[in-house]
Amino acid sequence: MDWLTRIEELSYLGAAALFILGLKKLGSPATARQGNRLAALGMLIAIVVTLLDRQIISYTGILAAIGLGSVIGAIAAYKVEMTAMPQMVGLLNGLGGAASALVGIGEFCRLVAVGEPLTASTLITIILGVLIGGVTLTGSLVAFGKLQGLISGTPIIFPRQQVINLGLLVAFLVASGLVGLDPSQLPMFWSLVAIASILGVLFVLPIGGADMPVVISLLNSLSGLAASAAGFIVGNSMLIIAGALVGASGLILTQIMCKAMNRSLANVLFSGFGSATTGNAEGTAH
Amino acid sequence: MTDPILVGLIIFVLASFIGFEVISKVPPTLHTPLMSGSNAISGIAVIGALLMAGSGHTTLTVVLGFIATVLATINVVGGFLVTDRMLQMFKR
Repeated sequence: MDWLTRIEELSYLGAAALFILGLKKLGSPATARQGNRLAALGMLIAIVVTLLDRQIISYTGILAAIGLGSVIGAIAAYKVEMTAMPQMVGLLNGLGGAASALVGIGEFCRLVAVGEPLTASTLITIILGVLIGGVTLTGSLVAFGKLQGLISGTPIIFPRQQVINLGLLVAFLVASGLVGLDPSQLPMFWSLVAIASILGVLFVLPIGGADMPVVISLLNSLSGLAASAAGFIVGNSMLIIAGALVGASGLILTQIMCKAMNRSLANVLFSGFGSATTGNAEGTAH
Repeated sequence: MTDPILVGLIIFVLASFIGFEVISKVPPTLHTPLMSGSNAISGIAVIGALLMAGSGHTTLTVVLGFIATVLATINVVGGFLVTDRMLQMFKR
């Protein structure tokens, strides 16, 4: 291990510690703002150190992408109304999920183009990354649409919903197996991406608008897992750690939010699924 | 212990336990800021995007990496700024 790699790994460790401290401090009113800043500092360290990585050989595109993303992110953050915060978080979360999915897609295409044999573990992490990232993206977009009033806030239920969901899951598993047998069949891989995207939409549509904050919190947890999967794909421990932190803490927060509404998570997620007649009272209040 | 997937799995499980433990009683007013802050952290995907965009393997990976970097950067910068704006209201 050369000195540059060593500095990189140690900086990642520092960034991970800042994330943990930041999350801890975000949970209490007196320290929350400081916690957010510590986490942001951790992110800055992680990004700067990654730019020094030996794998990176061209900087023009990267710096342009970072600049563009920063400007859009900053403008969006300052323009958004305080009342529109939950859907803003949902939208940002969807973008993160998309980024993780794109990392999985890109790595798959690269491996196929190079003609490198795909090991089972590589394939599984790529498929998981695409599935979780895709569901996070489209699910978050639907949640954003519901809160923003672009889509009706009432639970949208259509006949045979469960059958269709089950069928899509089976199709995803079959397509995964076929991709495993012959990775060079790119259309099969793209069908995985498509199915994951449809699943995200169908997952959020039946849930009422008033429950969207809980759903966004759950999708936030998922986007953490998607980042972790991306970490396995590119072999980067920083991604695995930060993704797992968000995945686990997001799940706990989701449960806390459900408890605050006196509901169970299952009730929030599936009350729209059962029968159209039971609906859910809170969902229609929006 | 040299299998990178195995090492990754160990890191993943231990970090998950920390994630579970680090969140305890959170007052309802902090639910959205905490969600927003941890959402910004999940923008860490930017690192995977950077590694892919900069490695210059094929045109497709560079293009996908570029898009992923833009999206993840929006998530990171927007996420932390939005959280800070929300928390500003708690001051005094």
